[in-house]
Amino acid sequence: MHQMHGTGETGAVQPAIELRGIDKRFGAVHANKEIDLKVDKGTIHGIVGENGAGKSTLMSILYGFYQADGGTIHVDGKLCDIKGSEDAIAAGIGMVHQHFMLVETFSVLENVILGVEGGAVLRDGVDKARVELERLEREYSLDIDPDAIVGDLSVGLQQRVEILKALYRGAEILILDEPTGVLTPQEADHLFRILATLKEQGKTVVLITHKLREIMAATDNVSVMRQGAMVADRKTAQTSPEELSELMVGRRVLLRLEKGEANPGATVLQVNDLCVDNAQGVRKVKNASFTVRAGEIVGIAGVSGNGQSELLEALGGIRSASEGSVLLNDQDVTPGKGVDAAELRKRGVAHVPEDRHRMAMVTGFTAKEAAILGYEDDPAYNNSILLDWHAISKATANMMLEFDVRPDDPDLKAANFSGGNQQKLVLAREIMRDPELLLVGQPTRGVDIGAIEFIHKRIVAMRDAGKAVLLVSVELDEIMSLADRILVMCDGVIIGEVSAAEANERVLGLMMAGVDPNEAKAVEGQA
Amino acid sequence: MSNVVQLPRWIDVGVLPLLNLLLALVVSALLVLAIGENPVEVVEILLYGAFGYDEAWGYTLYYTTNFVFTGLSFAVAFHCGLFNIGAEGQAYVGGLGVTLAALYLDFLPFPLMLVVGMMAAAIFGAAWAYIPAYLQARRGSHIVITTIMFNFIASSLMVYLLVNVLRPQGSMTPESEQIAEHLRLPFIHDMAAAFGIDMASSPLNLSFVYAIAASILVWMFIWHTRWGYAIRTVGANAVAATYGGIDPGRYIIIAMMISGALASFMALNEVMGVQHRLLIDFTAGYGFVGIAVALMGRNHPFGIFLAALLFGMLYQGGAELSFEIPTISNDMVVVIQGLVILFTGAMEHMFRPRVTKIYTAWRLRRDRMEAA
Amino acid sequence: MENFELVILLLDATLRTSTPLILAALAGMFSERSGTINLALEGMMLGGAFAAAAVAYYAGSPWVGLLAAIAATIALSLLHGFACITHKGNQVVSGMAINILMSGFTALVGIALFAQGGKTPALDKASRFQPITLPGAEAVRDVPILGPIYFELLSGHNILVYIAFFAVPAAWWVMYRTRFGLRLRAVGENPGAVDTAGISVVLMRYRAVVCSGVLVGMSGAYLSTAQGASFLQDMTAGKGYIALAAMVFGKWRPFPALFACLLFGFLDAAATRLQGVILPGIGEVPVQLVQALPYVLTVILLAGFIGRATPPKALGRAYVKER
Repeated sequence: MHQMHGTGETGAVQPAIELRGIDKRFGAVHANKEIDLKVDKGTIHGIVGENGAGKSTLMSILYGFYQADGGTIHVDGKLCDIKGSEDAIAAGIGMVHQHFMLVETFSVLENVILGVEGGAVLRDGVDKARVELERLEREYSLDIDPDAIVGDLSVGLQQRVEILKALYRGAEILILDEPTGVLTPQEADHLFRILATLKEQGKTVVLITHKLREIMAATDNVSVMRQGAMVADRKTAQTSPEELSELMVGRRVLLRLEKGEANPGATVLQVNDLCVDNAQGVRKVKNASFTVRAGEIVGIAGVSGNGQSELLEALGGIRSASEGSVLLNDQDVTPGKGVDAAELRKRGVAHVPEDRHRMAMVTGFTAKEAAILGYEDDPAYNNSILLDWHAISKATANMMLEFDVRPDDPDLKAANFSGGNQQKLVLAREIMRDPELLLVGQPTRGVDIGAIEFIHKRIVAMRDAGKAVLLVSVELDEIMSLADRILVMCDGVIIGEVSAAEANERVLGLMMAGVDPNEAKAVEGQA
Repeated sequence: MSNVVQLPRWIDVGVLPLLNLLLALVVSALLVLAIGENPVEVVEILLYGAFGYDEAWGYTLYYTTNFVFTGLSFAVAFHCGLFNIGAEGQAYVGGLGVTLAALYLDFLPFPLMLVVGMMAAAIFGAAWAYIPAYLQARRGSHIVITTIMFNFIASSLMVYLLVNVLRPQGSMTPESEQIAEHLRLPFIHDMAAAFGIDMASSPLNLSFVYAIAASILVWMFIWHTRWGYAIRTVGANAVAATYGGIDPGRYIIIAMMISGALASFMALNEVMGVQHRLLIDFTAGYGFVGIAVALMGRNHPFGIFLAALLFGMLYQGGAELSFEIPTISNDMVVVIQGLVILFTGAMEHMFRPRVTKIYTAWRLRRDRMEAA
Repeated sequence: MENFELVILLLDATLRTSTPLILAALAGMFSERSGTINLALEGMMLGGAFAAAAVAYYAGSPWVGLLAAIAATIALSLLHGFACITHKGNQVVSGMAINILMSGFTALVGIALFAQGGKTPALDKASRFQPITLPGAEAVRDVPILGPIYFELLSGHNILVYIAFFAVPAAWWVMYRTRFGLRLRAVGENPGAVDTAGISVVLMRYRAVVCSGVLVGMSGAYLSTAQGASFLQDMTAGKGYIALAAMVFGKWRPFPALFACLLFGFLDAAATRLQGVILPGIGEVPVQLVQALPYVLTVILLAGFIGRATPPKALGRAYVKER
């Protein structure tokens, strides 16, 4: 099958891409360590690794976005000196970035021809482009109107515009960086069908992801990266998710955290028919109703972008509710009407937000300044009108001791701590207020393995101390190991609840794809 | 993380701004050379004009007073992430407040007038800053453009008021009546004379003392109160502020109103201290100098005071310059001002990579030598 | 009939006053659509006006003066670009710096060269752009209605006025119908898209600010060698800022910006004519109000009360590759 597209050299097929000894540092961070990689022509090749393992950096080097400090790139057996995106494009490489590189005010057509306009005056190129575009759309069933404004398209369609861009440039090799992170399950399925078509046409696909399910389902070969190094190459058919996850993290993962039975008490948080709209007026949370009781962890699972973030932010007082109500210990705290994040903190709600750098801290502040965010009004931190920096330093030092934050210097800039230590500082700030309710989103995103275990234990400890915990995470493993009850969100709707005992990846996966819970359980029963 | 070399504070807030300032002065010197004069002579005249005799000191500090106020004004807004280009207009309108208070409340005794005048300036200046602030906070209008527009609107408004309302009957010049003698801020030389100290007479007045007090208050406010903390949080990361329960819009408005009030205190110096009446364009670009002063002073009151002193010196020395060397007008000072904004503001990062490299190399060598 | 003539004269004056605004507003548009804020229009216009007048005086030709003005403003644009694009400096600060720098520089050099208190020597006829009589203007002069419109209003302007009005459709064509325009608009919306398409963001933005320099240079030359006959200290008197306001008012698009320039130009022309005029029922017209109107209107627009002005998405942000 591959022979058809081979280079014809004495039977041996040249790999489509060969990387030799690629090395890259960002300041002190050794992002890529002497990476070797071979990708066969006409295959779908997966690259897996945890967040921060260096996958995206490697592919950005291949696409000319960064320059490697050392090593060589060979495309179709020829040494390629890729200095910028234009060289990569010329070598037949296309890339679909994690954050789309699209001009939202432009039409699909304008986006596609950007950089390959075919003449100084647009008119000459546009007609030709339209014909070619229609051919590509038919061939790969991409289903996009070339005159639609990109900003009006759904995320899934925008991603197809990116694919179209690459194909239009004659890409033979297509790199996709975490393509499903923002997609609904249906959109993801469609994407994988498109990738299969590409493969049939003899194109080579490199799929970067940290989701093992996708690797197992879609790829022919898989390479595993860990902490900047390439640690293994496998044929997908000859490996298992267990082996891959072990390779990714370097030791057997503690999939189930040791924790006792939950002992739920009175209802702390009651959410009734809550609706939340985003800034553009699109309804992101639709009639959510649920409770969280003292002494239990309720997890919210779902594909990223299905309303969990907005729900968490609303409960934290950052977004207003459009409809519905929120009760905390039977008192109305519906966000928006005079209830903001400050008011909720006063009433005993602590919030560890999903996005640490964007929301949880000001990275330019010192640790002690970061440690009072949201609590700067606390009398303990103020001498009448002036802030009591001495007391704040002491409190910060105490947080650092209690949560093992290193280095334990309250005067160090927050940006100079590692992700795990930043997160521990945020958790310390929120948990040490002894709140009634802890809202926590993606608690271990971008956090090193050692810290993950520590953070999980602290969250369980909160539960065991009789506090209510609401956990939002897109990592199913995390949800399943921490939560006592699991709610699944899809397209803004809480479509069902599963107890920890009956939860498994398949049932949750089906529900996350929008399948009715009873049906999902039935399907699981048949399997 | 350990081998990321962070520049020590003394380089960050000392060496780098000085290098940028030096570059601005070198370019100015080249310009002087190009005109065919001797830069060394120019510097001598500048320094003599600014500090060479008793009276000069007074003038230098009088200009410094204005620049401290407008520099602080820019800095407070800047800490909230805002570019307040409108100090000029805010000070202008603040001057109206002082003048109205002094003209219509002239029965007040001086100590009371001191407070009332200050409050009138602050209220008018803050009110003028409020509209752009509100539009930024609640309707997302870009504050740079709106404050520029408000400078022009203030200018038209004040011309209208001076020509049609405030001009005394029979007078042809568009300026207000003189404010009563007992309401004027005392000159420093008069105050010194009361203590038996003999000082040359100059426009330097009580507002200089107030400028120093304002610097200290701003420092305390920004770094040692929860409101200052809130303002800095909004400036650095508005999303994090919202998360922390700090309403960015509210603090944008607060910071801008404080900024407007600080700018308007310049009117105390000019109207109550020196001119004793409201003149057309009495702000004379001091509001814009405040941008240079704040940027050079790294938006810290102490740095702002030093930068204000530098510009005070340039302004006073520049007047001497045009007197001594006819081919060089005191526009030279405006040029230097532009270059300082350019090099310490817009190109502030120009030397950073190089300095970091040199410093890192030096550190590594020292570490190696210590290890050996 | 007298009223008709008055209207013609007023509109005629509007064309003259709006010409420098149009050129500068288009200049601002090229820069800002590529993502670089250009507050320096005022200073560049001033620099261009000075260069044009000084060089035209020595060379005895307005065309050489115009070239000098364009060269000067391109140099200033490159300086702005060096600060904002290369060194990723703050674009607002850089713009303010250039404005202040030029305010001092033109006066300083003017005094050093000519010793006339910051003015340049008055230009003779040959060194200025002269009115052009359009073909047939004399012939139709006495035809009622159309005659005055053609002779007074359309004919008899200098070449820069015609260039300015021609520049608007030209700018539109470049912006929306050429590869250069497509890339320029893209780089102001999402520089990442341009970078990954294999086009240099830095080079693209430099080209945009150079275009900006060419246009604003012409508007400066217009002030000192076409409308006026010499350079005067601070002669732009805020026109750069009005042009900026017009560009914002025109939502960063050529034809709406032209409309805004004509409106602002008209207000300016009207204010001059209304000085001291007493209108029945209203009394003396507050000229200052008319003068402040462009700024007030722009603020109202920015506040979102009459439509939304959405700036280019990447405006004001230097391009840093994401990690």
